[in-house]
Amino acid sequence: MPPLCEVDDVKVHFALRGSAAWLRTLRDGKPPVVRAVDGVSIDIEAGSTLGLVGESGCGKSTVARALVRLVRPTAGHIRFEGAELTGLSDQDFNEVRPHLQMVFQDPAASLNPRLSVRRMVEEPLKLHSALGAAERKERGEAVLEEVGLGAELADRYPHELSGGQCQRVNIARALVTNPRLIVLDEPTSALDVSLRARVILLLEELRQSHGLSYLFISHDLATVRYLASRVAVMYLGVIVEEATTAELFDRPAHPYTRALLAAVPVPDPDAKRDPFVLSGEIPSPIDIPAGCRLRARCPFAQPVCAEPVPYREVAPGHFAACHLV
Amino acid sequence: MTAVVEVRDLSVGFATDYGEVEAVDEVSFEVREGEVLGLVGESGSGKSVTATAILRLIRKPGRLTQGSIMLGGRDLCRLNEDELQQIRGTEIALISQTPRTALNPLLTVGQQVARMFVLHAGLTKAESRKRAIEMLALVGIPEPERRARQYAHQFSGGMCQRVMIAMALATRPRLLIADEPTTGLDVSTAARILDLLRELGRETGASILLITHDLGVVATTCHRVAVMHAGQVVEVAPVRALFRHPAHPYTRALVRSIPRVDREITMEPIPGAVPSLLNAPAGCRYADRCPWVEERCRRQKPAMTEIAPEHFVACFAVEDGRAAPV
Repeated sequence: MPPLCEVDDVKVHFALRGSAAWLRTLRDGKPPVVRAVDGVSIDIEAGSTLGLVGESGCGKSTVARALVRLVRPTAGHIRFEGAELTGLSDQDFNEVRPHLQMVFQDPAASLNPRLSVRRMVEEPLKLHSALGAAERKERGEAVLEEVGLGAELADRYPHELSGGQCQRVNIARALVTNPRLIVLDEPTSALDVSLRARVILLLEELRQSHGLSYLFISHDLATVRYLASRVAVMYLGVIVEEATTAELFDRPAHPYTRALLAAVPVPDPDAKRDPFVLSGEIPSPIDIPAGCRLRARCPFAQPVCAEPVPYREVAPGHFAACHLV
Repeated sequence: MTAVVEVRDLSVGFATDYGEVEAVDEVSFEVREGEVLGLVGESGSGKSVTATAILRLIRKPGRLTQGSIMLGGRDLCRLNEDELQQIRGTEIALISQTPRTALNPLLTVGQQVARMFVLHAGLTKAESRKRAIEMLALVGIPEPERRARQYAHQFSGGMCQRVMIAMALATRPRLLIADEPTTGLDVSTAARILDLLRELGRETGASILLITHDLGVVATTCHRVAVMHAGQVVEVAPVRALFRHPAHPYTRALVRSIPRVDREITMEPIPGAVPSLLNAPAGCRYADRCPWVEERCRRQKPAMTEIAPEHFVACFAVEDGRAAPV
């Protein structure tokens, strides 16, 4: 069976503008470009959750935005249910939108402060369905019920809701059109511990009951471990490793993955800490080093790492982009 | 071990149109010499208000309603503003959650660190500048001479937090309050900031009050932990005891509610929500969320009892043995 959604060698580059860019053009002989996403390929299988992890600035949110066409990819293909999305006109893409929804990171900021909960949840139905007012109301209330918000909250406005409730409205709004795939961009990172647990459990429950697929983007590795069946690790615009969740967490192959895992504080004072750390900070996506992008920070770096890195299968279903594994 | 700061029966209330919100309710704990004490709890549990109260920076409509905060033989609650100004920044320093907004965008980073030496140690401009560069080097900022001439917007989040730590430790304070110092930072940056705090705390002898909601941070950084819920301290324990034998029903629920990176677990969210602190109930504020609640819990506030050496808990169910120990 082909995957539900295929992201195939997608690149998203942004041209820099302004006087600094002009100076750079004079210096380098070509205009500077931010290579936010620089050749990413991922498959999302129907009914499963793919975790996409990495630090801020690695391009993971740009992948998500490209997928729902909030930015246009510079190159590459995105296929959804077998159909090519990249060439579609905006009008044709609107036909796909009900099946491809997104939940954003900041639960309160992504809601319209002037609309009631009911209005916001019914809005996608107005755009994407032929339902009448009474049917929309019924459907909206049913979805609110599903995400654990009672009908008494339907006439409230965002400022009257807690962070957890706001995120439930966002989930309801994404769910109301019966999508196949929901892109979740850090849906729990703005939430408090106890609310986070409940939203995570809600997401998992909804995925199972609706046969949904998720692209779950997060820097919170513990949550990713809980929700995802496969995990892809992103660094500086490219995928450096991908494997099933159990394999990735137990046997990370890429030094970057290992460093990420080692940095997560474990809630157990007796847990053995992997002392592995990377030096320095993530380089600018304008001046990307040739060869392995982690080279300058990696303690294992060898001369060979300056060569282009092959993305290889290091174990069945486990891929890594590193010369040394 | 001697206590550097001792908070006793501290209460903070905020006057609202609907009545008084008792954000901190008879909180007691001490931070001992050279230790890192974690103060954990959900948002709204009163952690930050407690820290603000220690600095005596509670602003109207808030006020300290009772209690004492002893630091070096003096009660901070009884000092006037001039005396407090002598203590803030010199004996107690603060690292806040948002390093970028805590730094002045119009001064270079070097100038801001140097100001600490001018204000609190009376050094000359040239001396303070030299010391500022030393401090920036100490907190691991590469090329400190050059970076000292830059502004906050030219620093990454992690580097801004390093500058905050340099400023906080410049005057060798006795107590460093770190309010969610790694929230908003990437995991690997956060890990390095915590390592730095621990190391510098040890080197300078500063005790640290670390406010966090992240139990992972607590486990890797703290010596002892105080758990807060809805303005009350419900449990105080050495870090190992807290994770091995959490006693208070809230602590138990908190430990079970977080996903873990090191193994697969079944996650159980904490039932209910933090109760409204507006005209809060008289008894235990966890009563409505507690599986072992009984009539007495709603009437009477349980006192802190020592259930194991150094392990204190405020819960009737634990006292009576109804909540079996873990």
